[in-house]
Amino acid sequence: MFYFIVKRTIISFFITLAATTLMYFLTISSGDPFEDLGETSGPQKAATIAARTAAMNLDVAPIPRYFLWLQDVGHCLVPGGVSCTLGQDRTGAAVLPQLENAIGSTLRLVVVATVLALVLGVVVGIVTAIRQYSVFDYSITFVSFLLFSLPLFWLSTLLKQYLAIDLNTWLDNPQFSYLTIALIGVVAGVIWAVVVGGDRRRRLVVFAVAAAVTAVGLYLLLVTGWFVTPGLGVVGMLVSAAGIAVLWTALLAGFRRRRVLHAALAAAAVSFAGYLASVPLLNDPNWLVLVALVILLAVISYVVAGVIGGPFRTQAARIGAVIAVSVSLLIVLDRLLQAYPTLSAKAGGRPIPTTGSQSANLEGTFWEINLDYALHLVLPTIALTLISFATYTRYTRASQLDVMNQDYIRTARAKGLSERTVLVKHAFRNAMIPITTLMAFDFAGVLGGAVITEQVFGWNGMGKLFVDGINAVDPGPVMAFFLVVGTAAVLFNMLADIAYAFLDPRITLS
Amino acid sequence: MSTNDKQPDDSRASVELSELNLLTQDSDIATEPRTQQQVDRVQTEAKSQGRLIRERFFRHKGALAGITLLILIIILAFSSIGYAGIPGWWDKEYDVLADRFNEGRPTLTLWPFSLGEHPFGQDVLGRDYFALTMRGTQTSLIIAFIVGLVAMVIGTTVGAIAGYFRGWTEAVLMRITDVVITIPTLVIAAAVAGIVARAGIVPFALFLGVVTWTGLARLVRGEFLSLREKEFVESAKSVGASSARIIFRHILPNTVGVIIVSTTLAISGAILLETALSYLGLGVTAPDTSLGKAINDNRSALTVRPWLFLWPGAFIIGIALAVNFIGDGLRDAFDPKQTRVKQ
Repeated sequence: MFYFIVKRTIISFFITLAATTLMYFLTISSGDPFEDLGETSGPQKAATIAARTAAMNLDVAPIPRYFLWLQDVGHCLVPGGVSCTLGQDRTGAAVLPQLENAIGSTLRLVVVATVLALVLGVVVGIVTAIRQYSVFDYSITFVSFLLFSLPLFWLSTLLKQYLAIDLNTWLDNPQFSYLTIALIGVVAGVIWAVVVGGDRRRRLVVFAVAAAVTAVGLYLLLVTGWFVTPGLGVVGMLVSAAGIAVLWTALLAGFRRRRVLHAALAAAAVSFAGYLASVPLLNDPNWLVLVALVILLAVISYVVAGVIGGPFRTQAARIGAVIAVSVSLLIVLDRLLQAYPTLSAKAGGRPIPTTGSQSANLEGTFWEINLDYALHLVLPTIALTLISFATYTRYTRASQLDVMNQDYIRTARAKGLSERTVLVKHAFRNAMIPITTLMAFDFAGVLGGAVITEQVFGWNGMGKLFVDGINAVDPGPVMAFFLVVGTAAVLFNMLADIAYAFLDPRITLS
Repeated sequence: MSTNDKQPDDSRASVELSELNLLTQDSDIATEPRTQQQVDRVQTEAKSQGRLIRERFFRHKGALAGITLLILIIILAFSSIGYAGIPGWWDKEYDVLADRFNEGRPTLTLWPFSLGEHPFGQDVLGRDYFALTMRGTQTSLIIAFIVGLVAMVIGTTVGAIAGYFRGWTEAVLMRITDVVITIPTLVIAAAVAGIVARAGIVPFALFLGVVTWTGLARLVRGEFLSLREKEFVESAKSVGASSARIIFRHILPNTVGVIIVSTTLAISGAILLETALSYLGLGVTAPDTSLGKAINDNRSALTVRPWLFLWPGAFIIGIALAVNFIGDGLRDAFDPKQTRVKQ
């Protein structure tokens, strides 16, 4: 294992190095760095040319110029190094500060989109595999193909022009007619009925229950003005915590072991108590407090659930920790939602922004600033997620189907294991193995997609750095972008290989 | 992408293969149960491999719809405004400015069906947008097919040589593949586009093909790695067949499925890649036009003249969707493991 990592790191280093060479020469030969000066004349032009030549080392031949750039990068690798700048752009400004400004927003976008696409894609992919050849399966198949075929910038522009404007107008005065509420209920009912499946009677029951719950819930939310002042509240938190406990138990352990369920509920109670206790603490926290709180809750829940779990303490403790983390996320969500009214007022009643990655000069609490980030993320994330979602569903479905047809699944069923155990323990785990590779691939793809999304939504992220650099034939910013992207790609591939060996004992790393 | 070490052992090859299975065993949209009559026919009549594949393909409804749609789009694009000097049935040119009629709104009506003067409307300069869209469709299709073809030739060659000869040949070729694959497609394509976009659409497409072959090379290499160990290759060697003969006559025909399927997917990828590059201003340049360029030229017009934005978009989606469905059908047709028990 150690040998493998060392070997792979060395090989990856040389591959990245070779890729930078390729990228550097492609960039400098992609045009004329003085093209934009073609129309101008006079002494100013000569001065600009001289300044640019000095900043970009244009008086040096291309190959030594590449080594000069390498030298600049080398400064950053040497510990305690002299002036780590990653070179200069054509105006003579250091690239590193620009990259530092740009990297945050891009990473936010890419990470959120990847995580969302992964979770949604895997869940939907598994459901389509279990309900193979159902209406749901066919619909999702068609939708994935449609998403595969959508140009990202086209989708983004449509979202920006139509969804954002309508959503903002609606959020300004959130009302639905009874007919709309009923229609939404019917749609939700149909979706649930198709997902759950079964015979006609069961589908009808599921349809009726889901439609009624959705319509009534929506009506209540509208009547209580939830969309104006959203949040979960104490009661909502209590119900959600209990719901989370039951859900995770159903998924990970089943209800046959009563003690595990009791342990899970105890963990939920601990987390809820943590929520109540932390209310004053979380008025304007920082990341450190937040992370400490999550870890504290997880540890306490782990211990409590383990003790109550008795003979099943390992399983119970693990479920307890999972529940604590889920409830903590819910607490964060609740707090963010509570910050919504003030932020919406600050944004002039148009809460979903269509340009930029954050509001300029926003003063506010921790929650307001982060909600502002989140709201800026809404549209670009929808666009990026939809495209990756299609890939994840298709691959998860194929992988899950592949596993479901294996002999060991038949054996597991023949042993009389419950369907839950077969699906979660035997099928799902093995089906996830190929998805790790896909994640490595997809992350680089999403970074590429971020270039387009940033352009559409006017973000000052790494994508802009890259596009502007390419257009100006300016290798500094382009290579800075590539260093991040290329390193990420190589790193993720290595991680995928290690994860692969970790998940599948048949594979040995050498 | 899973191998990066010099001498992939068997377990690594099996990783590659399982990825491959994942790619090829996807989706089985139209595996309907055969009727008794069909089953009888299968038993009594000998069929060639090609015929079996053809039959499986034509049972796939999505693929049939896709191929119909694609052929219709190709016929419409090339017959309407003609190509390379041959006139088409549409009387307007895509580069002729005219007075704007009714603010350039589309005159297409579906019921009663009539094309009117400008079915897709006119752009800001008064050019007929139907002719422009058709011209863009032609360009996008040509680019996509050239990219697919180039990627197929390079990818197959590299993959076949690396997989068959192993040793240092494989090491060198796969390291080159790794280097290119490290750079996201859009990024390397954007850099390359800067160099060749002004040279016209054919060089542009050729160069895009030169940077998008890596995925196919990996797949073909994976196939070769397993096929070269098969008995029929060994027997061919034992009767003294040359390496070239073994590669072309014995192994390559067995990898046709993988090659065709990934080429199809590369074509739909190329359509989207070209539009993305044109959107960034790095793709097709005037006087040529493409679907991506048409959208980019009119992106500010979405609120006032949405048709300038929607029509090229609809054609991009139509082509990409059709090609994707064809790819899916081909994958099912070439993969005999696709007959799956209904759960």
